[in-house]
Amino acid sequence: MAKSEDPRVSRMELPKNDDGKEVLESQENWETYEVFHQKKRGEQHVHVGIVHAANPEMALILAKETFGRRRATANIWVAKSANVYATDYADADMFETTPEKTYREASDYYCMDRIRKYQKEHGIEDRKDLKRKQKESAKEKKD
Amino acid sequence: MTFNKAQTDAIKELLFKMADDQLIIGHRNSEWTGLGPMLEEDIAFSSIAQDKIGQSLALFNILHELGEAMPDAAAFTRNADKFKCCQLVEYPIGEYDFSLMRNFLFNQAEYVRFEAMADSSFEPLAKIAKKFKGEIKYHTMHANLWIKQLGKANTESHSRMQIAFDDTFNLALGIFEPGANEDLLIKSKVYPGEKALEEKWIETIMPVLDNAMIKAPARFEWKPVYGGRKGVHTEHLQPMIEEMGAVFRLDPGAEW
Repeated sequence: MAKSEDPRVSRMELPKNDDGKEVLESQENWETYEVFHQKKRGEQHVHVGIVHAANPEMALILAKETFGRRRATANIWVAKSANVYATDYADADMFETTPEKTYREASDYYCMDRIRKYQKEHGIEDRKDLKRKQKESAKEKKD
Repeated sequence: MTFNKAQTDAIKELLFKMADDQLIIGHRNSEWTGLGPMLEEDIAFSSIAQDKIGQSLALFNILHELGEAMPDAAAFTRNADKFKCCQLVEYPIGEYDFSLMRNFLFNQAEYVRFEAMADSSFEPLAKIAKKFKGEIKYHTMHANLWIKQLGKANTESHSRMQIAFDDTFNLALGIFEPGANEDLLIKSKVYPGEKALEEKWIETIMPVLDNAMIKAPARFEWKPVYGGRKGVHTEHLQPMIEEMGAVFRLDPGAEW
């Protein structure tokens, strides 16, 4: 076979220093852009990572393949990382007691017993119960 | 619409040159995988290369339905003189400026060609042209971006892109080498013919080049490099084909 012209097969020659070590020239670093991916129109854009780019247009073009090549995509946003303002990790103690404040969560209210009682008194069927019964009977028919 | 023998042969000729173009440039561009100038661009360029090979598979599938060899056999067992790709696509990848410029000129031609094929009277071709429209649109967006970016970044990048353009333009004109049986295809509305595509291509690329301050030669200075469509190739194609098909030829009957 003739000599390959694919540089991965016949490695590209890198420039060498006086001491024989290979050197790579330093390059100016581009800015980073945060990438937000939307799966379906109407859904939220979700942060998926960053890309390096010289400008927003390039960031969009590169984000499309970096984050969109293996999943359904409706839309992509990019925003310069430098434009993102963040809380300081040193101030993370301000979030510390949040997990204790369960009274802020709907699940923390015990009221199902009262709802069931009301439903029974007024002859209202519980929707969840109804669904469960439908499922069971459907299953029985199948068997 | 049904086609007679002569028309079908002309369609096959068209399909082979399209399939070979997509396959060879796809493989060449994939030689950048792992060597791209930066991670994100490496991913994007590799992904575009894969798209092109996928498009060539779709074209080889149509050829197979028309009685030609299976796609793998068509791609991996022919010698260079049986390939109908233009010479532009077979050159080694060179440096990134060359690859980007070739990619730009090729992608815009690809876009114009597939756009025209969407109205083809040969339905299988119209179908895949519609299917790949979005993919190819992205390829041109990516290509335009780099021409604009590097054309305007600094004097070094600009002069590199100008040199890359000077090196590739006449080769790119070879994409539109007239086909022997083109008139049959134009008459039966399979596609509008190479001359029409070339005109459309020129209209598309010139504003992008102007914007990047890359100068194109005047029309009377154009020297299209023809021959590829007739199986005349550079010395670069045969070694590439051998390398591309090396694994396949170890055991052509293997199931993957």
